[in-house]
Amino acid sequence: MASGELTSGAYIKHHLQNLTYGKFPDGHWGFAESALEAKEMGFMAFHVDTLGFSFVLGALFLFFFARAAKRASIDAPSGFQNFVESIIEFIDENVRGSFSGKNPMVAPLALTTFIWIILMNTMDLVPVDWLPSLAVVLGIDFLKVVPTTDPNATFGMSIGIFILILYYSIKEKGLGGFVGELTLHPFGKWMLPFNFFLEGVNLLAKPVSLALRLFGNMYAGEMIFILIALLPFWIQWSLSLPWAIFHILIVLLQAFIFMTLVIVYMDMAHQKEH
Amino acid sequence: MNINLTLIGQTIMFAMFVLFCMKFVWPPLVEAMAARKKAIEDGLKAAELGKEEHALAQKNAEDLIESTKTQAAEIIANADKQANGMIDKAKGTASEEADKIKAHAKSELDQEVVKARNELKNQVSTLVMQGVNSVLEKEVDAKAHKDMLSKLSQSL
Repeated sequence: MASGELTSGAYIKHHLQNLTYGKFPDGHWGFAESALEAKEMGFMAFHVDTLGFSFVLGALFLFFFARAAKRASIDAPSGFQNFVESIIEFIDENVRGSFSGKNPMVAPLALTTFIWIILMNTMDLVPVDWLPSLAVVLGIDFLKVVPTTDPNATFGMSIGIFILILYYSIKEKGLGGFVGELTLHPFGKWMLPFNFFLEGVNLLAKPVSLALRLFGNMYAGEMIFILIALLPFWIQWSLSLPWAIFHILIVLLQAFIFMTLVIVYMDMAHQKEH
Repeated sequence: MNINLTLIGQTIMFAMFVLFCMKFVWPPLVEAMAARKKAIEDGLKAAELGKEEHALAQKNAEDLIESTKTQAAEIIANADKQANGMIDKAKGTASEEADKIKAHAKSELDQEVVKARNELKNQVSTLVMQGVNSVLEKEVDAKAHKDMLSKLSQSL
């Protein structure tokens, strides 16, 4: 889409606009034709591209891993099976290292977040114009291919994590224990409102920081790719190649940080003694 | 960049993925890996055990061979001894038999000799008597000298 008739600003805006399907102010449902229309839909809208790409990527991950799980046997693993098992071992090691409680859900949770985020982040390495241009050819006006550059995706995950933190905190410590943890620390019961404020911020900061860290990193990375794409085509590689190579690190690192923090938060939720 | 229903959709999707992973992906893989680990450990242990058993069996076999060897040597020695004894015995019996036969033959020979001598004596005496008779026919009474002649033949 980097053609002459578009200004740089329009090009960037176009790349940052999700394919939105939602309820127009007049009440009917449909695809937004512009960023303004998408904004007017407010909360009653879906980012079809985010949902679609993240679903396909997650389904791919689960399909291949479930197939590996079905084929898992005592015999020596080979090829993809080996790869899957090395990832399982890596996750298992991390969970064992950081999570002291007993919960069969934490390791699969960590695995799912890790691989899913890696896959979603990796979409960032697909050259920024390929899929959106293809979409335009197919008659789709907007397409944002990297789900993790949509705060809905990152907050969607972190809200899931937040619900688990609340659930396991109450389950493991009891409602009284959890409320006590929120209100009686760190300054004793005479400073209760202040404690509650501190611990509340602390608690809420967990999902917010999880989501914003991932979103911020991926959004910034994507933005730089878009800016590089504004350069003349014959010079783009000199910047996009180093940035893509560096971005591989960010892709893995962000997924790893997210996973590690999920494990740590789950561990904190399971700890009875504060 | 708008927060909207996508948020809820993503949360639901995430929950579904985690549940699926928890049910169908994680447990079979971890179990298979644990089973493999155990199988390998057992295999190594069995190999170690087999090695020990092999060494023991080898030692047993060597002992057996050793004892068999000594036994065989003993048997050979015994057989030698027995054979020697038998030979000795046979030799003894044989020489005894030979002695016996020799003695028998000798006694027979002696008897023959005595017999022959006696016969010879008798013949000689008869010959002498005949000669004497023919020489002294007239002067010697055969009857009178018969006693003397028989005494003579007896002393021969």
